[in-house]
Amino acid sequence: MGGYSAFVWPAYGVVALVMVGFWLAAWRDLRRHRDELAALEAAGLGRRRPAPDTAPNSAPRNTGEARP
Amino acid sequence: MFHRFANPARFMALANILSPWLTVAATGLLVAGLYFGLLASPPDYQQGETVRIMYVHVPAAWMALFVYVALAGAGGAFLIWRHPLADVFAQAAAPLGAGFTAAALITGSLWGKPMWGTWWVWDARLTSMLILFLLYLGYIALANAFDNRERGARAAALLALVGVINVPIIKFSVDWWNTLHQPASVLKIDGPAIDPSMLLPLFLMAGGMKAYFLAVVILRMRARLLARRVRALRLAAVGG
Repeated sequence: MGGYSAFVWPAYGVVALVMVGFWLAAWRDLRRHRDELAALEAAGLGRRRPAPDTAPNSAPRNTGEARP
Repeated sequence: MFHRFANPARFMALANILSPWLTVAATGLLVAGLYFGLLASPPDYQQGETVRIMYVHVPAAWMALFVYVALAGAGGAFLIWRHPLADVFAQAAAPLGAGFTAAALITGSLWGKPMWGTWWVWDARLTSMLILFLLYLGYIALANAFDNRERGARAAALLALVGVINVPIIKFSVDWWNTLHQPASVLKIDGPAIDPSMLLPLFLMAGGMKAYFLAVVILRMRARLLARRVRALRLAAVGG
């Protein structure tokens, strides 16, 4: 790196850290909430229906519809 | 079209189709960008090997601005049409925008030290980018500062809209004020002032970061929608 390694590699490292960090955190959150929802539905809470991100026709948000 | 996909369920159906393609596009573009940026492009005749910092610094700075404009757009959509998905998008995108801004500031500092002889100067471009970072932090703090989530979302959307004035200030700061930062060299009326061998990795990295942002923001939106459903179920359980 022509004597500039101490500047070039940390720059790439910082960007990699930010991008990989957000990507891993996003997957971890998604998995955690999926597991929570599955546990609640297994316990009989709410209507038994697939998670909103896997069911196009389900409403994942409170839309005012009646729920048991 | 816009209103049609403001429905969370319909949007998630589209997102599920797009997600894998965006991940593949991001990976391919970033790998190609790294190859051309680090191996297959020449050093600059003035800046030497430090020019390689440009391939991460400039795309990160572009993303910082792009995400903020998107945040302001979502804020407007939320305030005007009350689209719940606009708020979900904004909450998912803001930390990513803050991350890109921090990356642009740090990589700029790492580029500035060998080329300008200083890590930081309080000039217009650097200071306005720092303000952008603070706007992102303010947005995140404000959105989470209220017990009533709707009020927090409205206040944050308003901040995003007001703060968007900083975006043209950042863009034109190098023309309006004296600054150590170089003037625009890619997005110019008379065409880029950079050699094509350097433009290629720059655009590959920029495209890769854009695809990465879309892929990760969709993941974060899916997680937030699931979290809302979990919260609603718990509240329903408590309320009997």
